[in-house]
Amino acid sequence: MKQEFTITVYTENHIGLLNRIAIMFSRRKINIESLNTSPSEVEGIHRFTIVIHEVEEVVKKLVRQIEKQVEVLKAYYNNNDEIVWQELALYKVSTDKVIEDVKVERLLRQYGARAVVIRKDYTVFETSGHREEINKLVEVLGDLGLIEFVRSARVAIINASNGFYEKLKEFEEEKPGSEIVENEFLDKQDEVFSM
Amino acid sequence: MSSATELMKRKKSESREISTQPKGKVKAQTSISGSVAVLEALVAEGVTDFFGYPGGAIMPIYDALYDYTDTLNHILVRHEQGGIHAAQGYARTSGKVGVVFATSGPGATNLVTGLADAQIDSTPLVCITGQVFAHLLGTDAFQETDVINITTPVTKWNYQVTDANEIPSVLAKAFYIAKTGRPGPVLIDITKNAQIQQFNYQGYKPCTHIRSYRPKPNVRKEYIQDAAELINQAKKPFVLLGQGVILGKAEKEFRAFIEKGGLPAASTVLGLSAIPTDHPLNVGMLGMHGNYGPNVLTNECDVLIAVGMRFDDRVTGRLDKYAKQAKVIHLDIDPAEIDKNVQATVPVWGDCKETLPILTALIEKKDHPEWLNKFREMQAEEEDVVINDELHPKGEIMTMGEVLDVLNELTKGDAVIVTDVGQHQMVACRYAKFNQTRSNVTSGGLGTMGFALPAAIGAKFGAKDRTVVAIIGDGGFQMTLQELGTIMQFDVDVKIIILNNNFLGMVRQWQQLFHDKRYSFVNITSPDFVAVAKGYSIAGKSISKREGLKSALQEMLDHKGSYLLEVMVGKENNVFPMVPQGCGVAEIRLK
Repeated sequence: MKQEFTITVYTENHIGLLNRIAIMFSRRKINIESLNTSPSEVEGIHRFTIVIHEVEEVVKKLVRQIEKQVEVLKAYYNNNDEIVWQELALYKVSTDKVIEDVKVERLLRQYGARAVVIRKDYTVFETSGHREEINKLVEVLGDLGLIEFVRSARVAIINASNGFYEKLKEFEEEKPGSEIVENEFLDKQDEVFSM
Repeated sequence: MSSATELMKRKKSESREISTQPKGKVKAQTSISGSVAVLEALVAEGVTDFFGYPGGAIMPIYDALYDYTDTLNHILVRHEQGGIHAAQGYARTSGKVGVVFATSGPGATNLVTGLADAQIDSTPLVCITGQVFAHLLGTDAFQETDVINITTPVTKWNYQVTDANEIPSVLAKAFYIAKTGRPGPVLIDITKNAQIQQFNYQGYKPCTHIRSYRPKPNVRKEYIQDAAELINQAKKPFVLLGQGVILGKAEKEFRAFIEKGGLPAASTVLGLSAIPTDHPLNVGMLGMHGNYGPNVLTNECDVLIAVGMRFDDRVTGRLDKYAKQAKVIHLDIDPAEIDKNVQATVPVWGDCKETLPILTALIEKKDHPEWLNKFREMQAEEEDVVINDELHPKGEIMTMGEVLDVLNELTKGDAVIVTDVGQHQMVACRYAKFNQTRSNVTSGGLGTMGFALPAAIGAKFGAKDRTVVAIIGDGGFQMTLQELGTIMQFDVDVKIIILNNNFLGMVRQWQQLFHDKRYSFVNITSPDFVAVAKGYSIAGKSISKREGLKSALQEMLDHKGSYLLEVMVGKENNVFPMVPQGCGVAEIRLK
């Protein structure tokens, strides 16, 4: 069954890597729902957050192929229960409307929107949250003079992750110790063996 | 187990390469150009022979090469595609990294087919392309093309250099990535300004570690133990031998493994020659046109042990009918290959040069005579129905198989056989005899027609003291026949056999079997090949009668220098056995 997966990729910060990763999806005709690239908790290491709608079997294989790329340090995939995620949205609304219509003000407060810019002619609000919440606000604002709207890609934190510092140390050692687990799959013995 | 651990440790230390570095022409701390740095890198990496074609954006490097011809042997090809296929052939027979130079724009785009071929067949290559000046990038300058983005999906790694200071470290990285782990092609694009730029040279340091790149997954001995246990319990074990054994230089380790376990082994197309054809445990070839026994018995074995192979669709046929009854042990250096096509019961990550000896130490010495006999019985059946008629036809018309049969008799299986793509390729892979490893050079995964002639040139430079025979169809030969010019200019001793059936035979076979004999554009006309060869000062002959076959092949092999022999074979012969598309391996047809 297809479901939403968030793929987190730690990479070197090199030119051309975005293309190398993007074509892994397009080659398999998988649509990227959302893509964010940003610095990570480790200096010099980049972090991609990619959201796709796929079956787990495909995602698992895809993540291994991504991790195989020379400049990729590590790739993970998680379903929505395993992550905390947010998207950021900006809304430009006519200032007159906000002043005139009590409903607008109430709505914005209800959705926890904050004013970023207030001008004579327009006001820009910001909210962050899950896509559904953002979509709902866009829907109701649409009828009430929404001039412009933009939403960012998803950013996500993996619940079970201990960050990348330790992993990076392993990677930087010339010879990794024999006890290092290179692939999570290896540790799921019960699932691997059918003997 | 402790002995196995020790063995693993010992093997690890052994596999560390100790190299004596060849000396370059310039010392560290001197000012040199980026171009000279490129050539210094090649010398330091032990490159001797390489291939290329000059042009505007790579001229500074070719200018520097003028002073390096005493240490570096550059072979001028006739087309960049020929250059890269030659580099592939070189890498296959020598086990070294193949190197090719090309200029920007069309020079670089002409490499793409070879890159795709090398990527899918895991051939180690370093390609160096010239690029327009950095300040012209993105301006649609003359012969500018976005090589990095064009080649990204078909390279293991690629990189654009715009500053000469980067050249030594980037080339060190390129060679390291190309040859380690699962090998593959690397492309380095160097802008013209970087080639000209003078910089303070710090010497060449080979690369040994990249933090984001782990060429070998760690060996997990508990999985090897589990694998050994499965093998020890197996009544009908069956080993699949892939090119990984050759790439890992683990032929001896593989032999020790199957010999101790008494394990019958069949080879993929690219795994051929890793063990001798007449080894008693070698039961033939896998795949669509492979042998009868290995295909049928894949679906009867109880433990399937795949070593360095990737379960290509031409090997497995329909996946839901493939070895469903068997426990699968998969040894591979590339973690992404495990479970990609066939679910592994026990995955054995790692370099088979390290994992096979540990596994061998843990398995019991055994024979499986009854099981092995099943392969022999099916072999006999295949001989009756297919092989005897192919190798010793009763009719007047010659078959491809009989040419191979006589060739085997004359070379005794010591030649390097380079093939193109199509019917002749399958016939050659089925019937050619191989005594030593790295003797089979062909385009496996990509199926590149036009591969054989240039690859044979490279194969010869990679194995200078061996006989190299290129077997090519009339269609494929016409795709890259311009490389006869390279053979002429550099006196490359390549024996060329054109198996001419006046058809694009494999497509015609499919049209006959699956498209109602609607022969749509497979009727191909050929020039007088012998006359073409003569135009290039290459001796040649064409034969169409069996009586002349042996003497013609002998004449070809005895001839000093290159030789072209055209053999007219049956127009509508088919390659059998065959696993039809969409069928399981056990549904293989003998006729």
